[in-house]
Amino acid sequence: MTDILNAFVLFANFVFVPGLAYGAQLALGALGITLIYAVLRFSNFAHGDTMAFGAMCVILITWGMQAMGISAGPLPTALLALPFGILGAVALCLVFDRTVYRFYREQRAVPVVFVIASVGVMFMTNGLTRLIIGPDDQRFADGERFIITARDFKEMTGLAEGLAFRTTQAITIVVAVIVVIALFRFLNHSRMGKAMRAYSDNEDLALLSGINPDRVVLYTWIIAGALATIAGTLYGLDKSFKPFTYFQLLLPIFASAIVGGIGNPVGAIAGGFIIAFSEVTVTYAYKKFVSYFGWETDGLLQLLSTDYKFAVSFVILVLVLLIRPTGLFRGKVI
Amino acid sequence: MKPFPLFILMGLALVAVGMFQSWNVALAIVNLSLISAIMALGVNIQWGYAGIFNVGIMGFAALGGVAAVLFSMPPVGEAWRAGGTGIALAGLALGATIFVVAMLVRHLSGTRRRVAVTLAIIAGYAVTRMAYDPAVDAIESVDPAATGYLGGLGLPIVLGWAAGGVLAAGVAWVVGKISLGLRSDYLAIATLGISEILLAVIKNEDWLTRGVKNVTGLPRPVPYEVELQETQWFADLALRLGQDPGALSGIFVKLLYAGLFLVVLIVLYWLSERALRSPWGRMMRAIRDNRDAAEAMGKDVTARHLQVFVLGSAVVGIAGAMLVTLDGQFTPTSYQPLRYTFLIWVMVIVGGSGNNTGSVLGAFVIWFLWVQAEPAGLWLMSIVTDRLPDDSAIAGHLLEAAPHLRLFLMGLILLIVLRFSPRGLVPERRARAG
Repeated sequence: MTDILNAFVLFANFVFVPGLAYGAQLALGALGITLIYAVLRFSNFAHGDTMAFGAMCVILITWGMQAMGISAGPLPTALLALPFGILGAVALCLVFDRTVYRFYREQRAVPVVFVIASVGVMFMTNGLTRLIIGPDDQRFADGERFIITARDFKEMTGLAEGLAFRTTQAITIVVAVIVVIALFRFLNHSRMGKAMRAYSDNEDLALLSGINPDRVVLYTWIIAGALATIAGTLYGLDKSFKPFTYFQLLLPIFASAIVGGIGNPVGAIAGGFIIAFSEVTVTYAYKKFVSYFGWETDGLLQLLSTDYKFAVSFVILVLVLLIRPTGLFRGKVI
Repeated sequence: MKPFPLFILMGLALVAVGMFQSWNVALAIVNLSLISAIMALGVNIQWGYAGIFNVGIMGFAALGGVAAVLFSMPPVGEAWRAGGTGIALAGLALGATIFVVAMLVRHLSGTRRRVAVTLAIIAGYAVTRMAYDPAVDAIESVDPAATGYLGGLGLPIVLGWAAGGVLAAGVAWVVGKISLGLRSDYLAIATLGISEILLAVIKNEDWLTRGVKNVTGLPRPVPYEVELQETQWFADLALRLGQDPGALSGIFVKLLYAGLFLVVLIVLYWLSERALRSPWGRMMRAIRDNRDAAEAMGKDVTARHLQVFVLGSAVVGIAGAMLVTLDGQFTPTSYQPLRYTFLIWVMVIVGGSGNNTGSVLGAFVIWFLWVQAEPAGLWLMSIVTDRLPDDSAIAGHLLEAAPHLRLFLMGLILLIVLRFSPRGLVPERRARAG
């Protein structure tokens, strides 16, 4: 019995809890991608770098707050800085919308032109981020590191395996839940949210019924910028902030959005967790886990080395595209 | 704009670099521009001819590099004896698994097919790993500091360039089979993912490519500078030109490389132009401009897309092999999508999609700016920071960050060209109506 409990604690510690936090981060990123896709109708390649830019704003303000002696007690100061960081990222998104995307919207350009433009925006955002904060790793997490450390857990339960629960993981999950609830209330109940959904469903019909497209686009960028900053900050708190990793996050985030059904917010969340758990479970070495069931082996029992985690999200992506191109939750297919 | 004056301007800019900075720098720019031009030709074949949005260029360039390594490095006999059979067995097991799965898919259906395929994959995976793991361990433990991989064929590296094209084409065929049915956005994401996976494989399969330990000391198609300095005729040449033999040998070697690359570029350019002006080229443009109409006319759009995807990727693969030849080493960590995928895209868009001359010009212009953005950024920053005190932290940070201006600049150039001159510096030639 203890063995089985140990096995499950081990699994929870190395697969379930990290997967949950990572999934929440991916889901928030994918929500941004999916909203832009639903309303503006293109795949935004700059989203990963928007996340990096937003997180960078948060980091700079966090450092300022730390220097002034402001802190959130046991919680990371970054949470206090988050609203200001969101302002930064939203401003960036709106500037690029005014200077770049609006022109093509008025021209009714084909989606691929928007995608190429977003590549240009990606370069510029990436350059800005590196110019301001540099390409290196930055740590900005402070406050309590753990809610439960592995050792406390072992002492509490008397098990051989510990279950560590980091503050950043808890914050990620709590913040993600709050953000998702707020977003869905907004989309389903507010006037603007309904207008956005109508615009996404059928642009011409929405315009006929008097919806102001400029306001829809404005709100979309505000929400996308906010989501990107929150996702970027949570990822940076949980792991570490490095501009290049955000660019690499683009692939799992796109995979999450498409697997769930691009353009569909529920799908983005489900997709985020599917991708995150697949990545973690496939790259975890099960050697110790099975040893609790009395199976001793020499091999690591690792299906794929951790460096192949991108391959996992990609294979799922391809399978979904081939078998069910609309995604699990019927997204848009144009 | 006519391309000819633009090329003259570009040449003058390079000469200016040679006179005011150094001829070494100018020739280094020329060499990488020539390689970039070939990559841009490859992208233009896919995007400009057929409208395929491939952002996996980096992966195919890296494959070209792998092919050059596997073709030119001497074989490691001991590693072959240690693990060659194991790897061969693993390959056999993998092939057998694929064959069995294909057979099952063809002959069964419904739940039985699903169960049988799953079982076959699990069994095949287990058997493959059983042969593969010990073989890899054995190979990688053979003198890991120097080799630890199977080595190559020990053939001349210039032939490896063609091998780069063949390898990239082969992989592109598989990739195209899977992903070309997707519409443009999805295809972009899919190819982006594939290039990341290719790089992950190259970085991790140490037995094949030495992974992140890098392969250095690739054989060169041109003489080494040191050897050159020792020959009598070169010493005479240096004396006659009144140059220092050390500096002259560097320039001489770079010129030899430039000559080789130029020959490849001219051949590929000529072939691309021939293809573009042939009935095949007209068909590709017809498919690009109106896919449905072309299909209604009886053109096999999927097959043509696959064909052009393979051809373009092969050209990128050749350039990738040339790149590692120029570097003399293969470093998987140096492949970054911004540099090897998106920068090439900027070249094609700025040069003019659909126009081979434009792609070549775009490659020269963008690579020139990419290299020169760094000194220009430093100069700009030094003006900005001039008024700040010497020990100011901000000044130090700005000077340190100056090289990153180039990313910003590239984005800006792409956006400006896309907006104000969407057809690029040298627009595509359209056939006159009627």
